[in-house]
Amino acid sequence: MKRYDAIVIGAGHNGLSAAAYLAKAGMEVLVVEKNDYIGGAAVSRELHDGWTYSNCSYVCSMLRQAIHRDLDLSRHGLMLVPYLGTISYGLNGEVMLGYHDEGAAHNELKRFSPHDADAMHRFEADMNRYSQFIRKTLMRTPPDPVAPKIRDIHELLFLGKQFWNLGEREIYEYIRFFTMSASEFLDDYFEHYLVKASMATPGIIGTALGVESPGSAYILLHHVMGDVDGSIGAWGLARGGMGAISHALASAFQSFGGEIRREAPVAQVLVQHGRANGVVLENGDEIYANVVVSNLDAKRTFTKIMDPKDLPPGIVKKAENYKIRGSSGKVNIALSGLPKFINVPDNRYINRGGQAFIGSMETLERAYDCWKRGRWSDDPFIESVIPSAWDPTVAPPGGHWMSNFIQYCPPELEDGPWTPEKRDAFGKTVIDKIERHAPGFSDLIEHMEVRTPYEIEQEVGLTEGNIFQGELTIDQLLFNRPFPGYAQYRMPVKNLYMCGSSTHPGGGVSATCGANAAREILMDLKRPNTVPEDDCYDE
Amino acid sequence: MSEAMQTDPYAGERLKESPFHPRQAALNLREAWSSWNGYRFAEYYYDPEYEYFCIRNGCGTYDICPMQKYRISGADAAAMLDRMVTRDVHKLAIDRVTYVVWCNDEGRVVDDGTIFRLGEQEYMLTCGSPCLAWIRKAAYGYEQVTVEDVSDEIAALSFQGPTTCAVLKRMGLEGIETLKPFGIRRFPFQGGELMVSRTGFTGDLGYELWIEKDRGLAMWDALYAAGEPYQIQPYGEEATNMARLEAGFIMPDMEFAEALKTVHFEHDQTPFELDLGWLVDFKKPHFNGRRALLEEKERGTRYTLTKLDIEGNKPAESSWIYRDRDCTKQIGYVTSAMWSPAAKANIALAMIETEYLDGPIWAWIDYEKELRQYGKVARCTVSKRAFWAPPRARATPPPDC
Ligand SMILES: Cc1cc2nc3c(=O)[nH]c(=O)nc-3n(C[C@H](O)[C@H](O)[C@H](O)COP(=O)(O)OP(=O)(O)OC[C@H]3O[C@@H](n4cnc5c(N)ncnc54)[C@H](O)[C@@H]3O)c2cc1C
Repeated sequence: MKRYDAIVIGAGHNGLSAAAYLAKAGMEVLVVEKNDYIGGAAVSRELHDGWTYSNCSYVCSMLRQAIHRDLDLSRHGLMLVPYLGTISYGLNGEVMLGYHDEGAAHNELKRFSPHDADAMHRFEADMNRYSQFIRKTLMRTPPDPVAPKIRDIHELLFLGKQFWNLGEREIYEYIRFFTMSASEFLDDYFEHYLVKASMATPGIIGTALGVESPGSAYILLHHVMGDVDGSIGAWGLARGGMGAISHALASAFQSFGGEIRREAPVAQVLVQHGRANGVVLENGDEIYANVVVSNLDAKRTFTKIMDPKDLPPGIVKKAENYKIRGSSGKVNIALSGLPKFINVPDNRYINRGGQAFIGSMETLERAYDCWKRGRWSDDPFIESVIPSAWDPTVAPPGGHWMSNFIQYCPPELEDGPWTPEKRDAFGKTVIDKIERHAPGFSDLIEHMEVRTPYEIEQEVGLTEGNIFQGELTIDQLLFNRPFPGYAQYRMPVKNLYMCGSSTHPGGGVSATCGANAAREILMDLKRPNTVPEDDCYDE
Repeated sequence: MSEAMQTDPYAGERLKESPFHPRQAALNLREAWSSWNGYRFAEYYYDPEYEYFCIRNGCGTYDICPMQKYRISGADAAAMLDRMVTRDVHKLAIDRVTYVVWCNDEGRVVDDGTIFRLGEQEYMLTCGSPCLAWIRKAAYGYEQVTVEDVSDEIAALSFQGPTTCAVLKRMGLEGIETLKPFGIRRFPFQGGELMVSRTGFTGDLGYELWIEKDRGLAMWDALYAAGEPYQIQPYGEEATNMARLEAGFIMPDMEFAEALKTVHFEHDQTPFELDLGWLVDFKKPHFNGRRALLEEKERGTRYTLTKLDIEGNKPAESSWIYRDRDCTKQIGYVTSAMWSPAAKANIALAMIETEYLDGPIWAWIDYEKELRQYGKVARCTVSKRAFWAPPRARATPPPDC
């Protein structure tokens, strides 16, 4: 019977990145994926003839350049294209355009508030500065501050030094970041409702927090710390959809001799004498390996594919209580033409960025109130992109596809679980809101895919549909992610590791969780490290 | 004094406008103009990086009207060209294009360009700088050859990017997908003739469109109508420069100084130094610079233009190249450098003393961070391949077409 050096459970992009680095080190690695396609939440699928959706994640900024470069993902077919500014829709048809040119963008802001136009410079500099610190932690294993080994002490000193470099005033600010709400944080900069609301939206994406909830300020930072070609805060599209990232990682993995088995859901991790020994598939097949790596979220790993008897009881409890509330929906729409939005000029560049259907801070908070009650708002926040406006490969010529990310959408409704009828009603709400800004929009619809947290969990296996594999709050970040004491990718069973977004540095298409996990595994196996150092130190 | 000068005293200072100017001016939102051979010429239209991505992700047009074009015809045309350039022109079949350089007697590069074989005895030579005087010189002694400067007669547009074939097809150019790299084909266009070559300066899938001047705008409009759902976009010099560097192509005034214009001794380059030895055909009995080049080939070339992949992400613009990390022994200099968004690499072309190519190579990189000057030493790796060479650039038919 064949025995692999390592089995990775799940072909999400982090599973593939971990697998690629293990295989690069010469290990024989098998990835087992439950679906008949790879990528997890970084996926492209053609559900309607000629249209390719990025079904879950849709824009890219967090993918570490060091990994892209090191694994030569460009040669494996990956191209990231930065997009232009974002259009924000406010109340009563008010529209703030996002121009790409700095001067034009400033003029546009001034139309709303000269004060805010100036404050934007300070805001951007501040966000950039805070990002510098976080960025430096992304491709490093968080130190254990409680039971430190020598390496942890080095890391703590490193973090301390980076932190100190922020300067005294900023250190205070920084600590507040993790506990402040997005709204409080932004009050220090902006006065106009739409400027503020549009800057606040990254603070709620994917999280079960509201703009007024403590902690949402950090989520905001998490969404602007990425970059495209070194331009911090910029977002881009993957040519061919987000699946192109997973496919490039898979191709790199396979070039190192790696093997991927699709339609191979894991039923349980095999544990023998306190060590992970392989997996049993749902079809009963047993596959053995010296190391098992789970790409699943922490809750799923410990409550679904492990026998509680193999685990310390404390960890099962922790996993059950792990904060992983679903809060987002996704509506992917195939369109026969480009929609025309009210008060948006017919400018050939304007659709090559994001569109944020907001309303005001109050609209956002109201939508959150609905979520808390197990409802969806009839005026939800929608963040859209029309990737086909600059990716020629995702829709037929003249046709378009629109990606709509909706905050909020509850994992379960007040009157019980999701049903197809309720799902469609949710989809209708989204279309109605867009239609209000683009009359005639619904007539353009050729096909659509509506995904509530329920569908996201069923298809991707993200528990409750939480897009980050667990909330990004201070109690679940850095050395607390996923649980205090288990933040270094090693799990309580020997030879068992985690590599998904439940681990540091968290959700988003970054490939870092996988790469960091691989580095730890190689260290335990006393094999030479294949994972590159981050190149953000060059900034 | 001409009439125009009387009404506009600055008329002489203003640059010529290409046949595509009315459309290009409308799209030049940033008013970013420079000049090329006396023509007003766009540095960029909207944003250099955006335009670069049109080349790599979609399609874009680049005005090559200012490029010099010479029609060379007659029974002696091939022989005359063969004397002038280092490559064997007799091998060039009808309706094919070839890339060439030509040298002075010392084997130093005068310019590079392309030769189109348009008929049995008819050629077109294109190049970046005016070259008529040199061509006339090369024609000495050949009776049956006429040289005609047709630069201002032809409207020429480079059309580059992965969706170009699909757009041309949509424009009605039937069978365009069967045109091979460096091939030429003619299509009827609104009563005239549109010539298309599968050539370009971006290393990607792409074509160049050639038409008589007066039909230029009509061609533009037809192309832009067909390209509309493909987000067709004009691009300028900056995007071109990014794309050509990724493809590893050389640029005058960057990689080489035109030999006829250099003042200092051997501050120009030979084809071998430019890593273009493959363009030099010693099987030909005679051509300009042959003796000097043969000597150089035997002796070995002092410098070699080298593709470098440099650690970190600071572009090594104008960097010095060293053999050692301590930067005590200088062995060369960078000619062009950039961060490559497509390859995700910090790339450069550098002139390096050939004897040191096998050893360690370091670059001293100067950069600025919020007004403060910094310097760093970065390890360089020699790259044999172009940084960007997608299979679609060579595929016939191209993918998605
Ligand atoms: C709707 C949505 C929108 C998002 N938008 C963005 C965005 O625009 N930008 C961004 O950067 N991030 C975005 N994210 C977040 C990002 O996509 C995720 O954080 C990231 O893709 C997670 O990757 P992962 O590899 O860690 O895990 P996953 O992608 O969750 O991978 C887990 C894999 O394991 C497989 N699996 C599950 N159970 C089993 C089993 N029992 N046996 C075998 N295989 C199994 C799954 O099928 C899946 O392939 C979004 C997420 C969602 C859901």
